Amino acid sequence: MSTQDAREVSDKLMIELRNMNKWYGDFHVLKNINLEVKKGERIVICGPSGSGKSTMIRCINRLEEHQEGDIIVNGVELTNNLKNIEIIRKDVGMVFQHFNLFPHLTVLENCCLAPIWVKKEPRKQAEATAMQYLERVKIPEQALKYPGQLSGGQQQRVAIARSLCMNPDVMLFDEPTSALDPEMIKEVLDVMIELADEGGMTMLCVTHEMGFAKRVADRVIFMDAGQIIEENEPHEFFNNPQHERTQLFLSQIIQH
Amino acid sequence: MKYDLEPTLPAPSSTTGVIGWMRRNLFSNATNSIATLIIGYFLVTLLGPALQWAFIDSDWFGDSPAACTSGGACWAFITYRMDQFMYGFYPETEYWRINITFLIFAVAIIWLVTDKTPYKGYVSIFVLFIYPVIAFYLLYGGSFGLEVIETHKWGGLSLTLVLAIIGIVAAMPFGILLALGRRSNMPIVKAFSVIYIEFWRGVPLITVLFMASVMLPLFVPEEITFDKLLRALIGIILFQSAYMAEVIRGGLQAIPKGQYEAADSLGLSYWKSMSFIILPQALKMMIPGIVNTFIALFKDTSLVLIIGLFDILAIVQAANSDSAWLGFSTEGYIFVAFVFWVFCFGMSRYSQNLEKRLQTGHNTR
Ligand SMILES: Nc1ncnc2c1ncn2[C@@H]1O[C@H](COP(=O)(O)OP(=O)(O)O)[C@@H](O)[C@H]1O
Ligand SMILES: [Mg+2]
Repeated sequence: MSTQDAREVSDKLMIELRNMNKWYGDFHVLKNINLEVKKGERIVICGPSGSGKSTMIRCINRLEEHQEGDIIVNGVELTNNLKNIEIIRKDVGMVFQHFNLFPHLTVLENCCLAPIWVKKEPRKQAEATAMQYLERVKIPEQALKYPGQLSGGQQQRVAIARSLCMNPDVMLFDEPTSALDPEMIKEVLDVMIELADEGGMTMLCVTHEMGFAKRVADRVIFMDAGQIIEENEPHEFFNNPQHERTQLFLSQIIQH
Repeated sequence: MKYDLEPTLPAPSSTTGVIGWMRRNLFSNATNSIATLIIGYFLVTLLGPALQWAFIDSDWFGDSPAACTSGGACWAFITYRMDQFMYGFYPETEYWRINITFLIFAVAIIWLVTDKTPYKGYVSIFVLFIYPVIAFYLLYGGSFGLEVIETHKWGGLSLTLVLAIIGIVAAMPFGILLALGRRSNMPIVKAFSVIYIEFWRGVPLITVLFMASVMLPLFVPEEITFDKLLRALIGIILFQSAYMAEVIRGGLQAIPKGQYEAADSLGLSYWKSMSFIILPQALKMMIPGIVNTFIALFKDTSLVLIIGLFDILAIVQAANSDSAWLGFSTEGYIFVAFVFWVFCFGMSRYSQNLEKRLQTGHNTR
């Protein structure tokens, strides 16, 4: 736990969700979500399947559109204004459950594409940055391979590197390890832990890896039926859950 | 308990000679044997005389029907007029212009379809943007000291190829735009694309060609004299782009949603994510479908004969009624069929080959 002391969380708000509501057709999927995340904070979101975790973090970079309330990321409000969406997406990286690497591009090209075409970096510089991040996720030697030639764990690490290459302020993780074979989960979590320990990066992770949550989270959020039911710092959250639904959920995932 | 490693052995030999092969493949059971015998009987009774007629009793060269004395096919009719069948009424002294035009094209295409040739990107750009200009000045002339050859003098196989190649290359970008339009969120764009595609897909090409040759002149001012070939080309492109759009739409639909989301989350704009992520994957996946539409179009170009353009079929048909060479239309039609078959078979093989490669390719996910 000593490394956690080294982290700083500033007072600056990075993400604000205010009375946010979302419907899929008639289905009220997110109900009155209020959430403030400070710059550099690491948040783990858990809850039963279908509770709206993915939908909530996908609203933050506008992969899904919310209908009511405000979402403000790094001082920019998410509206239908395409300029704002563009700015926010440059600041927010996302890692998906199924990696979503581009299969027709090499690992290096996957990492360089957005820096070159979105941030207009010169190719040489983008490649150098990409190699640096591939080293950090410990697969520089795979740079010239195609995603299909890599294992799931390697692909997910590439996906993390690809997001980091855009030098985002916020990283969203949507169950990054739940599509992986058991023996590959650790290599991905290790990379995420390292990223968290470095400090400075605001992280929102949807995950059921409770060890990871205890190790890195500043706050754990529990969602059920489209609502935030409970939030607390990890020690309290796991040892002293307040809400009975949280207790039930925790008992279920610990038993299995 | 400890196990020893087994040695790696060569695969058992499977060649047991011709008899063994026949027994296994042609006469493996009663049904197979009967099928072999029936098909064999027809092959011998039909193919034998056909080969006799086409090759053994045939005459290949000569400048009049009198040269055909063997009683079989008179291929002299074809060889004597080969130039016309290839080049139409293009002046003989200018044949080299057609030859160079198609030679450049053939080299570029072979370059593109061969594995591991460098600079494929530049060659594609050349074919799409620079080559059309070169081809225009070579074929039509009017500049660089080349005399103008009006399009009504074009004909034969070269005209067929001009129609098919321009048709397919020009329909491609329109097809892509229509396919994207059909999947667009903007209602107007979407409605336009759907109506366009469904309209052209519901009309036979032959009607389109009639409309292009008869109706188009009614709508444009009299001063603008629209070239007949150009009119046919416009009709073909409008028609073909609708089919192309549907093929490409199939490819777009096959791309997993996660690819769009990953591109979005990286901040790529719509056009960038289409150009770098979605279309390269969709087009690659759809190459067999695109080749299929191309084969269909290639054969359909022969319909231009009804509006008075002399593609290879029309020109052979015209030659059939030459009074000096009456009675050789069988040879003529077989020749046309053979030419079409060679091109279509080549494309079909290429597409099968590609399909196989794409299936086993390293980056198919
Ligand atoms: N595109 C969609 N259309 C309709 N309903 C959806 C869609 N995506 C998700 N849902 C529904 O919204 C609810 C929340 O989904 P999701 O955010 O994926 O849950 P979680 O990530 O917590 O498992 C689920 O009931 C799901 O069925
Ligand atoms: Mg989810």
